[in-house]
Amino acid sequence: MSGGANTPVETLPGQPPVGEHGALSCGKELSFSPGAEARFARLLTRYPTKQAALLPTLWIAQEEWGWISREAVDYVATRLGLSSAFVWGVVTFYTMYNRAPVGRHLIQVCTSISCHLNGAEEVFHACRKKLGDLKPGQTSADGKFTVVEVECLAQCDKAPAVMVNGDDHARITLENLDAFLSELK
Amino acid sequence: MSDFQPVLSARLGKKNSCALATYVADGGYASWKKVLAGSKTGEWTPAKVTDVVKASGLRGRGGAGFPTGMKWTFVPPKEKRGAKPVYLLCNADESEPGTFKDRILIEKDPHQILEGMMLASFALDVKHAYIYIRGEMVHGAEILNAAIDEAYAAGLLGKNVLGSGMDLDLTVHRGAGAYICGEETALIESLEGKRGHPRIKPPFPAVSGVWNAPTVVNNVETLCCVKHILDRGADWFKGIGRNERNTGPKLYCVSGHVEKPGVYEAPMGIPFKDLLAMCGGMKGGRKLKAVIPGGSSAPMLTAAEIIDVPLDFDGVAAAKSMLGSAAIIVMDETTDMPKAVTNIAKFYAHESCGQCTPCREGTPWLHKMLKRIVAGQGKKADVEMLLQVAGQMGNGMTICVFADAAIAPVLSAIPKFREEFEAYVTKSASPGFDQPAAAGITSKVAERTAEGMHS
Ligand code: SF4
Ligand code: FES
Repeated sequence: MSGGANTPVETLPGQPPVGEHGALSCGKELSFSPGAEARFARLLTRYPTKQAALLPTLWIAQEEWGWISREAVDYVATRLGLSSAFVWGVVTFYTMYNRAPVGRHLIQVCTSISCHLNGAEEVFHACRKKLGDLKPGQTSADGKFTVVEVECLAQCDKAPAVMVNGDDHARITLENLDAFLSELK
Repeated sequence: MSDFQPVLSARLGKKNSCALATYVADGGYASWKKVLAGSKTGEWTPAKVTDVVKASGLRGRGGAGFPTGMKWTFVPPKEKRGAKPVYLLCNADESEPGTFKDRILIEKDPHQILEGMMLASFALDVKHAYIYIRGEMVHGAEILNAAIDEAYAAGLLGKNVLGSGMDLDLTVHRGAGAYICGEETALIESLEGKRGHPRIKPPFPAVSGVWNAPTVVNNVETLCCVKHILDRGADWFKGIGRNERNTGPKLYCVSGHVEKPGVYEAPMGIPFKDLLAMCGGMKGGRKLKAVIPGGSSAPMLTAAEIIDVPLDFDGVAAAKSMLGSAAIIVMDETTDMPKAVTNIAKFYAHESCGQCTPCREGTPWLHKMLKRIVAGQGKKADVEMLLQVAGQMGNGMTICVFADAAIAPVLSAIPKFREEFEAYVTKSASPGFDQPAAAGITSKVAERTAEGMHS
């Protein structure tokens, strides 16, 4: 899932039928909720340029709508006075902006070197298998789980490290995988 | 050395270690208050703070080991920079595989970082400092924001801090998943709201960084050291460590096949074998095979090469590797070296920002080739080919040092564990890569490398 410009979007199938700027449509017109609006207003006071607020504004958008759709790109671009093409270029450069809806639990398994040395690849495969033979990045039919492979989560001492949405989980092994998954409701 | 008391990690295990009240109870913000009060009497000036940091011998803890005080002096003086503000950016984009020291500082002692940033801001005449934290550290960002709110409420940040006349704002900026943003100029681009593409240098950030203004980028641990240096003095800091080029306390991130992986604090220059003993030795009592001493981009060292090495900038450099982020990745005798190198190559193939051809094309190529070798589909000449291609990707032909980082594992592991790579290809029944095609890629990389020089 991780990657700069070098990474084709290989982990999120069900992905961009190339549209206007490659982004998927959510089919709705979007605008920020009052809470998001307040956060956005505060953001703008923290930077000397509007453009600098782009990454945090995209975070607000993702928290609001779960993923970054074409409409979200257009909305954010308008709010910051940027072109949609530029915003989409930024969205696709970073790995954490979801370009398609994801499951309620986004299970991110680290497979970088320290986790690799502790069997992370096996955990990643077993995890997908147990949740219904999911492909990397695929969401389970009930919309509950999406499993992706990520890079070093800076908890290499707790290898294999897994993050579910924003929460860290330590030492997820083949032995405790079932118990770990059953905790995710 | 045995009487060494933890400095940076001293408060991590305490109850409510993130709260302002406990931090202050432990003597926190004394230096900030001291310097601000002294600035009114003339006892403390920005130059004096810089001099203390210089005298301490502090070298950057993010990877390069550049002297921090000297880095600060590269910012042009007020007369030269005119109305332009100076920015301080705290690099909290910790993402070098194997590195997890900044994360614990962020999650367990955020005020220590803030105080370091305040003191650095004073020294550099900064009015707004930013913490660029990697996107994955969701809780870390929350903790920092809570600490910053507390500091504002206590008058330690904001307008006219503690009546000193100095204004200082601090903002947390979350990344969104891109390893390259740990590189200073990529971090700057990312903070500006762009893709994290490293910039061509010069100009260096100290002269023209974020928003074209003079900018200093310092690592989390470095800024924590600044706080302690102002607390206890340059001589105290210099008294810790192996020699005067390698000073101070250091956080080591030990992961891989040891009994007790974790962050360990020791005087700079602790010999590898002593650090290993602190970690309870090798997991299951197995034999040490190799170590990557400075994050995945540092050249690999064999057991014999690393065992007595003092873990500091010059000690590890003398062993022909680098201390980098002090991410000590320990591998035991069961480690399949070609697979480990393939894993690292995959990381770099994913994370190249794509600006420079040797890097953009070379990194996925190395990964693909390694993948075929470990899948049993390589052939003998492939091993040599890997070295050749890797050899053409570095040498300063790229905008940033990422390409050099990407080839280090390949260039170090193959000569040292050649028989393991060859075992894979001799076992293989497949014809593997067809030679002309592979050679074609090699020359393509070489060609583009030459082009890259003009950029
Ligand atoms: S060396 Fe690689 S990561 Fe660095 S600027 Fe060039 S393409 Fe980007
Ligand atoms: S390598 Fe997996 S968390 Fe660092």
